[in-house]
Amino acid sequence: MAQKAIREYDGKAIFAKHWNEYFDGFNYDFKSVLVTSADELREKAKEEGYEWLNQEALVVKPDMLFGKRGKNGLVLFKVEKPGDVKLEDAAKWIEEKQSEEVTLLSGQKGMLTHFIVEPFTPHTQDQEYYISATVVDTDDVLYMSAEGGMEVEEGWDEKVNEVRIPITMTDEEIEEAVRANVPEGIPAENKERFAKFAIQFFKFYRDLNFAYLEINPIVMIENNAHILDLVARLDDTAGFLMKDKWGDIEFPTPFGMEDQSPEEKAIAEADAKSGASLKLTILNPKGRIWTMVAGGGASVVYADTIADLAGVEDLANYGEYSGGPTESETQFYAETIFDLMTRYEDPRGKILIIGGAIANFTDVAKTFTGIIKALDKYADKLKEHNTKIYVRRGGPNYEKGLKDIKEAAERLGLYMEVYGPETHVTDIVRMALDK
Amino acid sequence: MSNRLFTKDTQAIFWNNNKKAIQRMLDYDYVIGREKPSVAAIVAPTSSNKFEKFFYGADEIMIPLYRSTADAVAEHKNADVLLNFASFRTAYDVTMEALNMGDQFRVIMVTAEGIPERLARKMNQTAKDNGTLIIGPATVGAITPGAFKIANVGGTIENIIKSKLHRAGSAGLVTRSGGLFNELCNIIAINADGIAEGVAIGGDRFVGSVFIDNLLRMEENPDVKYMILLGEVGGTEEYKVIEAVKSGKIKKPVIAWCIGTIAKHFSSGVQFGHAGASANAERETAEAKNQAMREAGIHVPESFNDLPKVINEVYTDLKNKGIITEIEEPEVRSIPKNRRPKNFICTISDDRGEEATYAGFPISSVATPDTGKTIGDVISLLWFKKVYPKWATDFIETVIKTVADHGPAVSGAHNAKVTARAGKSVVESLVTGLLTIGPRFGGAIDGAAKYFKYANDNNMTPQEFLAYMKKQGIPIPGIGHRIKSLRNPDKRVEGLKNYAKEHFPSTPLLEYALEVEQLTTSKKDNLILNVDGTIGILMVDMWRALGYSEEEIDEFIESGTLNSFFILGRTIGFIGHVLDEKRLAMPMYRHPFDDILYDVKKAEEIK
Repeated sequence: MAQKAIREYDGKAIFAKHWNEYFDGFNYDFKSVLVTSADELREKAKEEGYEWLNQEALVVKPDMLFGKRGKNGLVLFKVEKPGDVKLEDAAKWIEEKQSEEVTLLSGQKGMLTHFIVEPFTPHTQDQEYYISATVVDTDDVLYMSAEGGMEVEEGWDEKVNEVRIPITMTDEEIEEAVRANVPEGIPAENKERFAKFAIQFFKFYRDLNFAYLEINPIVMIENNAHILDLVARLDDTAGFLMKDKWGDIEFPTPFGMEDQSPEEKAIAEADAKSGASLKLTILNPKGRIWTMVAGGGASVVYADTIADLAGVEDLANYGEYSGGPTESETQFYAETIFDLMTRYEDPRGKILIIGGAIANFTDVAKTFTGIIKALDKYADKLKEHNTKIYVRRGGPNYEKGLKDIKEAAERLGLYMEVYGPETHVTDIVRMALDK
Repeated sequence: MSNRLFTKDTQAIFWNNNKKAIQRMLDYDYVIGREKPSVAAIVAPTSSNKFEKFFYGADEIMIPLYRSTADAVAEHKNADVLLNFASFRTAYDVTMEALNMGDQFRVIMVTAEGIPERLARKMNQTAKDNGTLIIGPATVGAITPGAFKIANVGGTIENIIKSKLHRAGSAGLVTRSGGLFNELCNIIAINADGIAEGVAIGGDRFVGSVFIDNLLRMEENPDVKYMILLGEVGGTEEYKVIEAVKSGKIKKPVIAWCIGTIAKHFSSGVQFGHAGASANAERETAEAKNQAMREAGIHVPESFNDLPKVINEVYTDLKNKGIITEIEEPEVRSIPKNRRPKNFICTISDDRGEEATYAGFPISSVATPDTGKTIGDVISLLWFKKVYPKWATDFIETVIKTVADHGPAVSGAHNAKVTARAGKSVVESLVTGLLTIGPRFGGAIDGAAKYFKYANDNNMTPQEFLAYMKKQGIPIPGIGHRIKSLRNPDKRVEGLKNYAKEHFPSTPLLEYALEVEQLTTSKKDNLILNVDGTIGILMVDMWRALGYSEEEIDEFIESGTLNSFFILGRTIGFIGHVLDEKRLAMPMYRHPFDDILYDVKKAEEIK
């Protein structure tokens, strides 16, 4: 869905890969490892090129897309005093943090699975700066502050300078605008250096198709840039342009979000392989009302209407199929839903909404053939769960599609009401709920 | 015009040969009785075809195909809509190229979903600066009922008529979703009198024209009496509409609903609907927007399910006030059920009418002497589908006469004669002679036209041209004669040159060729511009004077048109030789042994 978060480690790796191309006059010593366990860290330390893990003081943080790690007590940078964390301290800390579920201040819960380990950078508060860039409305905005660190969000308006950069701005204009907005708080002798870095940072953000890029704090010691903390999102629609520049990038599931169920994963895989669109999110596996809706917009109005009329707790799933799926794709999608909806009992019986707006070019009869085959297979189970089925659809060949599915329901002894374009698209929800 | 998105005269260039979508447009054109097809040309970068056939009612029509937008524009200046059906990989480049053509395109529709956001923003901004309206990306399109419909919007013809999209109604409709666009048209047809104009702006986060751009245009469009907006959770575009209503910029009644009220129940992680649909702040939620619109005086239903009721109320009110009047339903032409594509196409003559025609001219109007028409005129009609002026048809006739025969010894005539003596028929003997025509026999006409034109086009001096041909290792076609020289000129050549000098408006290539001849004859006396060369070169001069483009002339040369004059003319001579043999009744020909050098060695055995 366009903008996707990446790990801090991967963000830094992209910086390192393109550093010389973009950051003229600055050095960046990319020392960073991403590990999933304490043992992996211990093993890493034995590898060539990672001697620093044994030699230097370390910092360890979870690298799982959530922020405010300091405030959550999830940054290890001292045992006794800052800068005394050794390899074994880091490994033990990882073991300890992985021993039980972690709850963040935001309430998100989950197991910690990825950690980033880096050398500790001794520095003073006044060496910490803040820089970030993102898209606001249709412009890019560069944010710069002389005060980096955890507290930047408090007093944002006073501390942070904003530079709006319209998409058609030339490099010269960008450079001028950034120079004119270097934060007051940056000492005069560092101003030019900071401006130069900020300009290069923006071009890097722009050319590499980041949607959001934040370094907080960035520490400048002479011409050495230390990226102490980084948050990044990429515009994944640019993936085809950035294949080489991003490398093999991973878009992890955000922390605290339950991992996808096997059924959701299977639909996502089918979606990736197909030219059509197949989407499924399970909202409540025990929910009473299940939907199988064609079209992105229609799926939203069905969900809206069900939440309005029945309450959101009854809504079991959200999803859609569209863009002319084949008969077998539709059958697979339908079987997945029928299977899920016949797992838990509901004394009131189940409701299945086979809905959709009037299709532009999808052949309704063809997709319905897939649904009918799935009904054949699951008819007994659906009856066991007292399922009432409501169908509404229009578009190419819809008369045949509606007739076929009606006949199938009669043949299989399923309760089914069938409607076409003359019935309002979401009216079947009202009928199903008898409101 | 400017406040109506499309009219019945609007024509589009369709980028990508999406046959089904184009056929749907033409079916629509037929149903509503458009005079010109709504698609003027198709851009198909990898196709080598020159046109694609489509049905218009029961008949077929041809729509020209071009390799690039620039080529299509050159021929179809009045097509001011570009339907960009390129994939997400190339849609940006196609749009930017079109935007670089100044004000050629008034509207560009982009269908691809998932164009990189940075590129989409750049494309949208460039269009805005250029004054071009972008519809999309990630859209099914737009429609002005009774005038022009983009691609698949509206669905099947049956649905279009059911949804009253074949004639103008009173509502202006703007949605994000393409699927719900169709649904809304249906709802409006059931509960009111249909739409006057509708746009699905597209589902990507960054789209070109947004709700307000389209609604402000509809505010100025006299056909639109009230407007319906279907928004979505996410973004703040609806607030611009609220501002316009509050400030009085929009005075017509607006009905609106934002879908995605479900999203409030799920803090994050579930993407409901489109890429653009994700609330980043409270005011971007569907509830907040619906509430804000309600407060601004926009007609907002209680739920999507109640939308039809509100539409009916607003429509009935406007009707009672006399702002909307009853629409007279037009006659609708129906699309024939069984249509069969034609296997053959003919664009030069027609034998179906009272009298057969050559390119639209009855045969009797060119055949007899009193018409003043000659073989040259018939050739200009059947070969070029044009009525050439007299100086040109006379020249063609002169060429035919000049090349009709060159005696029995040339290889083609010889072959024809040998075949005739073997007892074969006129046609068999004739084709044997004709099959000899090629690069070495008669081909100099083509070659001369090709190389002299190439040299002239590239501003080569005669010296450079000679050096170039030497480097290519080819003797210059059209130069050289067995016995003729400057001092003993070829009378046929003299005749052609004199005619051209007297009657052609200008003869630039001939003059160039004569400069070349100066140079070649200074090396060897018989390296003169020969009859083949003269014909080839003068044909180019003729076409230039007739206004053909250099590309068209190159195409004539490539397709062997010049050679055709030789084939046609020499056929006269070959038939003469064949008939001569028939009359003479000569026996089977056998070549004498003593005229053949026998040099046969015993074959070596390969082990």
